[in-house]
Amino acid sequence: MISDRINENSPWQDITEGNKIFQAATSREFCTGEWRTSTPVWEREKCKQCLLCTPVCPDSSIPVQEKMRGDFDYDHCKGCGICAKVCPFGAISMKEGK
Amino acid sequence: MAVRERLSGNEAVAYAVKQINPDVMPAFPITPSTEIPQYVANYIANGEMDTEFIPVESEHSSMSAAVGASAAGARALTATSSCGLALMWEELYVAASNRLPLVLALVNRALSGPININADHSDSMGARDSGWIQIYAESNQEAYDNFLQAYPIAEHKDVMLPVMICQDGFITSHGVENILLEEDEKVRAFVGEREPEHYLLNPKEILAVGPYAVSSYYMETKRGQRQAMINARRVILEVAERFQEMTGREYRFFEAYRMEDAEYAVVLIGSAAGTCKAAIEQIRSTAGKKVGLVKIRVFRPFPEEEIAQALAHVKAVAILDRSEMFSATGGPLGAEVRAALYQAKSTAEAVNYLYGLGGRDITVEDFCRVYERLEQIGAEHRITDMYDYIGLRSR
Repeated sequence: MISDRINENSPWQDITEGNKIFQAATSREFCTGEWRTSTPVWEREKCKQCLLCTPVCPDSSIPVQEKMRGDFDYDHCKGCGICAKVCPFGAISMKEGK
Repeated sequence: MAVRERLSGNEAVAYAVKQINPDVMPAFPITPSTEIPQYVANYIANGEMDTEFIPVESEHSSMSAAVGASAAGARALTATSSCGLALMWEELYVAASNRLPLVLALVNRALSGPININADHSDSMGARDSGWIQIYAESNQEAYDNFLQAYPIAEHKDVMLPVMICQDGFITSHGVENILLEEDEKVRAFVGEREPEHYLLNPKEILAVGPYAVSSYYMETKRGQRQAMINARRVILEVAERFQEMTGREYRFFEAYRMEDAEYAVVLIGSAAGTCKAAIEQIRSTAGKKVGLVKIRVFRPFPEEEIAQALAHVKAVAILDRSEMFSATGGPLGAEVRAALYQAKSTAEAVNYLYGLGGRDITVEDFCRVYERLEQIGAEHRITDMYDYIGLRSR
């Protein structure tokens, strides 16, 4: 974890020059899901697995395994609602709050 | 042996660029700096250098491309003036906070509006808080010499900051003067090659540049930038010393001209120093009055203590600003020099005059009047012209 080395308690002397990050995929550690004010809810029984929702998600928060989508990654979903708009089967609805 | 030549300030900087032969130069033309990329493009077309020249569609793009090239590990530069610098605003801060050692050849020109193409410092003074090192020149020789020192300062591991090499539009950039040019081999040995520690084109290291910094990191990042500026003070002097060993020409944070015994001093930046020096010689030889000049070379980092020390013994000082900051008081140099005097508990009387805005001329007679006024203020201790103008028409 990069946050073991640099975190919100690090003194300024420990912050890398120019905030350079020497590790890949560190955005996984940044839970942008905390920003959410509206939450998509997936109704598995209505879902036809057409996968229209997956590519339009700006935060890659709809995981796909073996050509099937799973439940949302709520650690990173910001609740934009694009997936709910694009779903032709009404399988995604937006709920107020987290 | 150095080569004796006659060049304009723009030619001098372009010649320095040719000698250094950096990796990448994105540029967009704007008066009065246009000649710099123009000459460089000629050198490249003639096979005298092999810098990658990128003709871009705006200054926003030229600075963005320079930022990208520098992050990739290249030695990058661009040139601009006035509104061109204004269009780079966002990227200036990005270059500094990403700690990229790129160089900008700035030819100072008034910012619009009203639109004007002549010299003043409103462009670079507006960028004084961007985190760039700023070094100013009085003459074409100084512009050339400062440019040769730019990369060794910027790329020093304790600094890693972008550097702005400034000269006055037309007065210096287009005025042709005698100049001493160092030989190519000596310049290349002095400037060396950029050897980046971390860079995006290194396949052996995972690296992300310029990440988002939330409020828990932004302030610590800014403190780091300040440390680089503090370190730059030492490095600027070390590089100047090495430059002096090569050329015999001495550079410090500022030039203290006839200041040893001066009772009345002027502080200013740039080409007007030559006119001020002529006035000093005239006054000293005819009236025998002890007048001097502090000509600022390095404005960022600001040499606060050193300036206060140089002015420690004067009775009165006039700080001359070539740009407005519309605080409805004085200009930026005036504010910072007066803060330096206050910190040093100076007893000198100080006034802050605006001059030369939008290329307004300043003459030897103007400087003589400034020194006369300083003598009066020093004797009477009564200031009625705290924030005044030189050469302003008024009813």
